[in-house]
Amino acid sequence: MGKVVLVTGVARQLGGRFVRRIQRDPDVDRVIGVDAVPPEHHLGGAEFLKADIRHPAIARVLAETGVDTVIHMDINGTPLGKRGGRASVKETNVIGTMQLLGACQKAPNVQRLVIKSSTSVYGSAPRDPAVFTETTTPKSLPSGGFAKDVVEVEGYVRGFARRRPDVAVCVLRFANILGPCADSPLAEYFSLPVWPTVLGYDPRLQFVHEDDAIEVLRIAAAAPRRGTLNSGTFNIAGDGVLLLSQTSRRLGRPTVPLLLPTVTWAGTALRSIGITDFSPEQIRLLTHGRVVETTQMRETLGFRPKYTTAETFAEFARSRGPGLLPPESLARTVDRLAGVLPARGGLSQ
Amino acid sequence: MADAKVIPFGEEPRARRKARRAGRTGRGTALAPVPEARTEHPPAAPPPSRPRTLDERIAGGLAFLRRRITGDYEVDDFGYDEELTDQVLMSLLRPFYEKYFRVEVKGVENIPSDGGALIVANHSGTLPLDGLMLQVAVHDNHPAQRHLRLLAADLVFVLPVINELARKAGHTLACAEDAQRLLERGEIVGVMPEGFKGIGKPFSDRYKLQRFGRGGFVSTALKAGVPIVPCSIVGAEEIYPMIGNAKTLARVFGLPYFPITPTFPWLGPLGAMPLPTKWTIQFGEPIPTAGYPPEAADDPMLMFNLTDQVRETIQHTLYKLLVQRRSVFF
Repeated sequence: MGKVVLVTGVARQLGGRFVRRIQRDPDVDRVIGVDAVPPEHHLGGAEFLKADIRHPAIARVLAETGVDTVIHMDINGTPLGKRGGRASVKETNVIGTMQLLGACQKAPNVQRLVIKSSTSVYGSAPRDPAVFTETTTPKSLPSGGFAKDVVEVEGYVRGFARRRPDVAVCVLRFANILGPCADSPLAEYFSLPVWPTVLGYDPRLQFVHEDDAIEVLRIAAAAPRRGTLNSGTFNIAGDGVLLLSQTSRRLGRPTVPLLLPTVTWAGTALRSIGITDFSPEQIRLLTHGRVVETTQMRETLGFRPKYTTAETFAEFARSRGPGLLPPESLARTVDRLAGVLPARGGLSQ
Repeated sequence: MADAKVIPFGEEPRARRKARRAGRTGRGTALAPVPEARTEHPPAAPPPSRPRTLDERIAGGLAFLRRRITGDYEVDDFGYDEELTDQVLMSLLRPFYEKYFRVEVKGVENIPSDGGALIVANHSGTLPLDGLMLQVAVHDNHPAQRHLRLLAADLVFVLPVINELARKAGHTLACAEDAQRLLERGEIVGVMPEGFKGIGKPFSDRYKLQRFGRGGFVSTALKAGVPIVPCSIVGAEEIYPMIGNAKTLARVFGLPYFPITPTFPWLGPLGAMPLPTKWTIQFGEPIPTAGYPPEAADDPMLMFNLTDQVRETIQHTLYKLLVQRRSVFF
């Protein structure tokens, strides 16, 4: 583990949790959290530096503190809180990453760089293979939104890795992160009382638990353990797959299937009244779904997630409370029906 | 309907076939969602021999309903929903399989009981009913009740509803990555390499095998080291005799072809009813691929030779079955 760790994006829940966790590692001397706004949660005694990674000032921070491990977590699909729009998010994602990488390139102490990326880089299209590996080239590259940001960010990171071969670069492509305090667009969607879905499509989804996300970031930030390698690109997802219809039944939220064009309008309407982020790529995910292969994560990175996709979702469902059609009461109704029927027939019991 | 008219051909002894047929027709009510009881190969856990009582069936149905509405079931990475396929989708296809097309299956012993295999079949019939019938044939006739995982054209996964059902029935996109992943997991994978050239060919070209793509299926089987089982399907060519192809309409709808048959589109939805032809599905001797070194998958000459071998086998079996066939409908 490097002695001085710099973490970007600590104003987010996940960033804050990661800082608190890594603070407790014995090998870490100093943790510096960076974000453009001060976090509302405490950082467990870590230093917080209010710095915007979009400005060259970040280079000075790196030079002055002698950072040797950089964890870049400030790559997000949605603005933090209600401030800022899509434009500022994109700027933080792309320009911020460029500035940060430029600063890293000038900082001779930096030995390790971890990027929190997303499986959105694969897009979702019906003509893609069912399961993406790290080397799959998507049939249609994402044309905009967060997915395109991620594609560009990863491009810059590859360029940086070429220019600074002495730095170990680890790109973690996370599937949808869910957990009690996750603030991802998908978690917001799952909190809607009634879900608009796309008629005639039942996407396959994969989730990562927050705890697993923190754990895998720690593995990537530390020196590689025996027999593993923690530089390169890895898909991070829980085992197994859930269909959207399954998640709605397990969470007890009814769905309203809409025709594909109508969903786009409904999404725009929902977004404009600020209920949820229903971006085009979110709709694509909820139409075609996305599943990634995690063999590299297990065998090369040596990480085994504690939670499967289904368990992650169960945890999330517990934290959200019952929906309009709780599965328990539906099951009870069926059981009651089953209790009534044999009494009527009465022969084989 | 026409049990007595069917003349048994092939290697199977007449007595055995009769016994099986008797066993099948004697099987109580048709809609029971249990796998059918076989007389020759009892499955590992034999279902109760007496027909299920009404109450048991209601209880089973309610348990199924309970699992479905609470989302308490599993799907694999490809979205394959085994429970739904076995209990609902297969039961919907089975009347077509048993009563409408009266599919006769030969050589099912050529499909291995465990481990992967690639079934390569001819493709015909304007709509891919042959694939669905092949899926039922493998599941219902194989002693291990193996599930066939079909590789489908990308059009299937673009269309709403169809893509959802196809994924749940275990189909996936016909690409080398998916096929190899399934084969390495030890699944039986079905592929129809003729693609749209085969299914959308005019009626005058029936039973003439089209080009087998670029033979990608052979290299996939070679990389996974699984045998290739050639499969010939007779009867599917005549379900929608395609006498014309409205190319302009096809382009408007974004389809690879727009069929014109003697009944479609003239009779509207009624014209979309397939003709009740009698089908035969024959599985041929498996072609082993395990003996080749790994780099053989990159040898184009070997690929062409193996592709031709598979293609010739299917074509010859088709001719043989056609000579034996007495009539299209019986």
